[in-house]
Amino acid sequence: MAERISRDDVAHVARLARLRLTDDELDHFTEQLAAVLDHAADVEALDVSGVPPTAHPFPLVNVLRADEVRPSLDRDEVLAAAPAAEDGRFRVPPVLGEAP
Amino acid sequence: MTATALAIAAAVRAGERSAAAVVEEHLAAIAAGEGAIHAFNLVTADAARAAAAEIDRRVGAGEDPGPLAGVPVALKDNLCTRGVPTTCSSRILAGWRPPYDATVVGRLAAAGAVSVGKTNLDEFAMGSSTENSAFGPTHNPHDPSRVPGGSSGGSAAAVAAGFAPLALGSDTGGSIRQPAALCGVVGVKPTYGLVSRYGLIAFASSLDQIGPFATTVEDAALLLEVIAGHDPLDSTSIPGPAPTLRAALGEGVAGLRIGVVRELSGDGIAPDVAARVAAAAEALAAAGATVEEASVPAATFGLSAYYLIAPAEASSNLARYDGVRYGLRVPAATTGEMYEATRTAGFGDEVKRRIMLGTYALSAGYYDAYYGKAQRVRTLIIRDLAAAYERFDLLLTPTSPTVAFPLGAKTADPLTMYLNDVCTIPSNLSGQPAVSVPFGTGEGGLPVGVQVLAPALGEAVMLRAAAVLEATAPEVTP
Repeated sequence: MAERISRDDVAHVARLARLRLTDDELDHFTEQLAAVLDHAADVEALDVSGVPPTAHPFPLVNVLRADEVRPSLDRDEVLAAAPAAEDGRFRVPPVLGEAP
Repeated sequence: MTATALAIAAAVRAGERSAAAVVEEHLAAIAAGEGAIHAFNLVTADAARAAAAEIDRRVGAGEDPGPLAGVPVALKDNLCTRGVPTTCSSRILAGWRPPYDATVVGRLAAAGAVSVGKTNLDEFAMGSSTENSAFGPTHNPHDPSRVPGGSSGGSAAAVAAGFAPLALGSDTGGSIRQPAALCGVVGVKPTYGLVSRYGLIAFASSLDQIGPFATTVEDAALLLEVIAGHDPLDSTSIPGPAPTLRAALGEGVAGLRIGVVRELSGDGIAPDVAARVAAAAEALAAAGATVEEASVPAATFGLSAYYLIAPAEASSNLARYDGVRYGLRVPAATTGEMYEATRTAGFGDEVKRRIMLGTYALSAGYYDAYYGKAQRVRTLIIRDLAAAYERFDLLLTPTSPTVAFPLGAKTADPLTMYLNDVCTIPSNLSGQPAVSVPFGTGEGGLPVGVQVLAPALGEAVMLRAAAVLEATAPEVTP
C-alpha cells in the first residue's frame, strides 16, 4: 500500500477537484483522510493477484435504443434554471485570465 | 401508526374513504410532529391536495387510479421532481427546480400515489446519520435526541412518525436499510438495475439503487412492484417486467436454507444487536428453515473497498456542480475562479472529504494501490457471496452494528461513522438485494433491524423470510 497521505497531497487533490481549503481545513482533512486510508490498508491482507477488477455488478453491454428523433428537455426551461443565460446559451465569466 | 398503504388504497379504490381525507390526516400529522423530527426539506401540501382531489374525481367517475390510489408517499430529496425544488440537502443545489421527473416519481403518480414532500438526507446521500444535511439534522421519532440513521434518514423518520405510510430512499452502502433499522421500519435495497435510476441524482453509479420504506413487509413489496421494471432511460436497467412479490409473501420459509454470516456476527456488533440476530435465526428455524452458520470471508473487507470505490465514483459524478448550468454560482472574475468559489461554498465537509478521497484514489501513482485494489476486493466479495449461495438460499446478518446513537456522537470522526455500514455494504458491491426488518428492541428500548440478503433478483424469497420475521417480531411502539 502507498505511503501515508501528506498535507501537500491533500492540497494537490483539492486543486484537482476545484476546492479551496484554508490552512486549518488542510490540517484537519489531511488527518481525517489519512485515518480512512489507514483503515483501507486492511485489504493488504488479501491476496488479489490474478483476481480481475469489478467495475460494475452486472455487465450489460451495448445497450442501444432506436436512432429516432424524440422530444428532449425544453431549452427555455433548462436555461431558466441556469445562474446566467444569454442568447439561448449558458453564460459564464471569461474563460481566460483577462476580460475580452 | 397510521393505516397501511394497502388498507388506504383498498378503501380509496372502493370509494369508502376519500384521498382528500387521507391526505389531510397525514398533513395534520406532519404539522403536529415535524417540528421535533425535521423529516422534510419541503412539504408539498398544495400539490398533495390537488393530486388527492384528482384521485377522488377519478374514483367518482368510475375509474381505477391504481394500486397506490390516494396513498401518501414521501420522496428522498435526491429524486428529481419536475418544477419542485430538489436539493440533495446541499447548498449547491439550493433553489433548483428540475425540468423532469425521475422515472420512479412518474410511476408513483401513475399508480395513484400522492407525494407529500421531499425528505432530508445526508448531503448527496453521503453519511449514515442525516447530520451531514446543509439544512440541519433529522431526529429519530423513537428518541429525538438520537439520529435516524442515513443517508435516507428523512424518509425513514417520515414513515416511523406516521407522516406517510410509504417513502422512497436510495441505498449506495446501506442508506435505506440502516435508517430503516434505526427507525424501526422496513427498508429494501433491491437488486441493482431492478429499479430505474433515471432522475436519481448520482452519488456512486455502480452502487446506487432506489428502494422502498414501509411499516410492513407487504407494503414494501407493493411499492417495489410499482417502481420496479425495465426503463429504457437507464442503460443499467435490467430488461423485463417488474417481479410479482406479494403473491408468494405468505409462503413461509419451510425448507429454505438460511446462513448466518459468521464474519458479520462477532467483532464490532453490539451485544444487544447480536442477541436480536440470534433470536431472528431461531425464529426462522422455528418456522421450518434450516439455519446454519455461513462464511463470507471477504465480507468485512467490503468497508475498505467501498470507501475507495464510492468516493472515486462520486468525485467524477460531482464534477458537474460547477456553477454553469444549474444551482449555486458564486460570482468570480474568471470561469476557473468561479468553479472553485462555487464548489468551495456549495459543498459541505463530508462531500469535500469524499471528493478528495476519490480524486486521490484515482490519481496517477495511487490508482493501482487504492482504486484498482478495491475493485479486485469487490470481485472477491462477489465470489464469496456466490459460494455462500451454493449452500444457502438466503443470508442473515445485523443491519447496523448498534441501535440509534445520539446526535453528534460520531460527527468528529468520519471513520467511526463509516463503520456503521459494515453489514450493509457487501450487497451494494455485489449488486444483490437485501431487506432490513424490525425485530424487537435493544439498548434503551430502541429498535433493532435484522438484515436478510438474497442472490440477484431473489426479492420474492427474501421478502418471504422478512414476512416470517415480521410476524414473529415483538411489537415496538414509537
